[in-house]
Amino acid sequence: MMDQSKSSHQDHADQAVGTTGHEWDGIQEFNNPLPRWWLYTFYACILWAVGYWIFYPAIPLLSGFTKGAFGWASRTQIEIDMAELKASRHDMVVKIEQTPLADIEKNAEILSFARAQGGAAFAVNCSTCHGAGAQGFKGYPNLNDDDWLWGGKLADIEQTITHGVRWDADQDTRTSAMPAFGRDGLLPRKDILVLADYVMSLGGLPVEKGADLAAGQKLFAANCAACHGDQGKGNQEMGAPNLTDKVWLYGSDRASIIERITIGGGGVMPAWGNRLDKATIKSLTVYVHSLGGGQ
Amino acid sequence: MVHGIQKKMTWGEGGLALAMTGLAVLSLLVAAKAYTTAYAFHAYLFAAASVAAVFAILNRYYERPAELPAQVIDGKPNYQLGPIKFATIAAVFWGIAGFLVGVIIASQLAYPVLNFDLPYTAFGRLRPLHTSAVIFAFGGNVLLATSFYVVQRTCRARIAGDLAPWFVVLGYNFFIVIAGTGYLLGITQGKEYAEPEWYSDLWLTIVWVVYLLVFLFTLAKREEPHIYVANWFYLAFIATVAVLHLVNNSAVPVSLFSPKSYIVWSGLQDAMVQWWYGHNAVGFFLTAGFLAIMYYFMPKRAERPVYSYRLSIIHFWALIFMYIWAGPHHLHYTALPDWAQTLGMTFSIMLWMPSWGGMINGLMTLSGAWDKLRTDPVLRMMVVSIAFYGMSTFEGPMMSIKAVNSLSHYTDWTIGHVHSGALGWVAYISFGAIYCLVPWLWNKREVYSLKLVNWHFWISTIGIVIYISSMWVAGILQGLMWRSYTKLGFLEYSFIETTEALHPMYVIRAIGGAMFLVGALIMAYNIYRTIVDGEPVKEASAKPALATGH
Repeated sequence: MMDQSKSSHQDHADQAVGTTGHEWDGIQEFNNPLPRWWLYTFYACILWAVGYWIFYPAIPLLSGFTKGAFGWASRTQIEIDMAELKASRHDMVVKIEQTPLADIEKNAEILSFARAQGGAAFAVNCSTCHGAGAQGFKGYPNLNDDDWLWGGKLADIEQTITHGVRWDADQDTRTSAMPAFGRDGLLPRKDILVLADYVMSLGGLPVEKGADLAAGQKLFAANCAACHGDQGKGNQEMGAPNLTDKVWLYGSDRASIIERITIGGGGVMPAWGNRLDKATIKSLTVYVHSLGGGQ
Repeated sequence: MVHGIQKKMTWGEGGLALAMTGLAVLSLLVAAKAYTTAYAFHAYLFAAASVAAVFAILNRYYERPAELPAQVIDGKPNYQLGPIKFATIAAVFWGIAGFLVGVIIASQLAYPVLNFDLPYTAFGRLRPLHTSAVIFAFGGNVLLATSFYVVQRTCRARIAGDLAPWFVVLGYNFFIVIAGTGYLLGITQGKEYAEPEWYSDLWLTIVWVVYLLVFLFTLAKREEPHIYVANWFYLAFIATVAVLHLVNNSAVPVSLFSPKSYIVWSGLQDAMVQWWYGHNAVGFFLTAGFLAIMYYFMPKRAERPVYSYRLSIIHFWALIFMYIWAGPHHLHYTALPDWAQTLGMTFSIMLWMPSWGGMINGLMTLSGAWDKLRTDPVLRMMVVSIAFYGMSTFEGPMMSIKAVNSLSHYTDWTIGHVHSGALGWVAYISFGAIYCLVPWLWNKREVYSLKLVNWHFWISTIGIVIYISSMWVAGILQGLMWRSYTKLGFLEYSFIETTEALHPMYVIRAIGGAMFLVGALIMAYNIYRTIVDGEPVKEASAKPALATGH
């Protein structure tokens, strides 16, 4: 013991309660009683628990369980919460439902609500692919520009959101399929390279010296123009991208363009008609339309 | 005195060598026909380890005297310290490995580029590597080392079994190697804290049953009339973990030659079994086991009697009885029936005082010796660990209350809570025990440098505080952002906005974790120097281990 006076004081206190008399490897145990505050808090916790069992679902029975005096159930609770939330938005939602799509932007009050609803729905449902700022990623269109694959008018956007793109479960989904010219052997590799040079020239991208653009144009007319148009300006009826602008969904380097001609295909977007209610889809349409590129 | 005794191979030596030979043959067969290379690799590891075991057993047989080690020498128990030394070193090694992987994955969360786009370094594989390394590899070896030490000392008996204690320690560490390499190679059954596949689980079952038997038989041959409280806790830990492990890992393997298996539980039952296991892994592995450590090392280091025998009995039985029911609080607001959620929550609340019983007994043991905190950083470490224990066992019941849980669930608050328990309580009581144990085991007067212990203490304490406070802020912020509605009645934030907001806290958390790692490295150096050139115990008081103050 280091401090003589302190330890002798303590020893005195120790003697009052004493040890149990056992010793293990030099360790002894005092015979102190349970601290009162500890014991009473323990009892209080047990009482509280028993009380909780009386008022809330608690005891499993042979079939079912005790429902509790409050009749509370988590499923009921969530229904109540959802109903409250719905009620708080009810008036405005009705207005959105009743206002034709084209007229929403004319009414400042409805518009601001629609943007809020659309923005929230976008953040939860769309930002995963299109990005939090709707800026898009490779293969997922940027929604802020004025380049639209399937049309940028309100009705077009609503159609795309409702039925999706290449979403087989929806009969009215927007669909088209660019052939896999390379993978399916529709064009030999050397033609694909020539074609890629021509496509780059269409988009105003620098082309390697000695590229045979005339041959490329012929190949384009024979294989691509049906969807992308003679000038390569695209066709929104078929979701065929405009190849003459600066917007490249799958990248603008030569390798990416060759890859796309080789494997064809196109992106998939789910149909939201069955997942979101009418008002939400309308609001989402207005929100996307307002992002900057709506036509 | 060796004369006249015919050297004979024991049943243990012969039987174990034979069993290991059989395992080696079986492993080679599996390796040859394995469906995946990762599984074949594991089979080869099993084969190599079994062959090594056979050689080690035969080698020992030829090297040893005819007589097996005596139970008693000169009236004193002949304690077996070899397996304890091994587990102590293993604990330090795995601890540092586990903390390092923790720092790596914390950094990955702050800077995802650190995943390096490789499967082996992806967060999804490293995260179980971290949790298993710290809980089962570090914590497990600390429990093995201390339980084998404490049960011998407090029973005044040499540990039961001849090869068995070695089998337990080496077998357990082999399990860790299989589990860890499996995670990196993508072998997992996808159950949190129970990721190893069926064959690792079977191996662990064998090791664990032997562990239980060694412990029970040592208790049975004790020279003390009563069983010391630490041993109750160790026994509760060993027995319950065996049950948890068996029930949660019940699975049907696809084939002997495939690592894949299917868990027998499905859907909600699987979720419930998983969290019954998960919560009691915390309760019996990380709480009961480490309370056992506290009950021996705290009074030993403080040289004071335990505060209250009665409290130790009451809180032991209350803890054991209450803990096993609290698991459903991990599944609040899920498909789990309301009644089960209620029971999980109420039992968690009732668990508060039983948990605190251990804290009171630990802290009050120091009464009369508080001045030692000034001079002894090892004791300070253990006292702080008990304080963290008290804090986490208050925070846990609080978070199990459904109203609190609706905010905290799925957020980083949970991570903060876990780490205040894991770093503050489990690791600190372990460090304290290791600092006591190493000089005792290697017959040194004291650790090499108490000054370095002091550095370890302060650096890692600051690290812990930084870690848990950043996670509290992150968790509460995250929970509030998720539930935040605009005045028009719409969700205010997208998920990505919440993760963006957490970034600074993730960076701070990684720094806190790194400090904790630095502290552990200081400890490793200190332990190494203690073993290599610590001042030996003076001959006058030479005992197998520490000369006690009494």
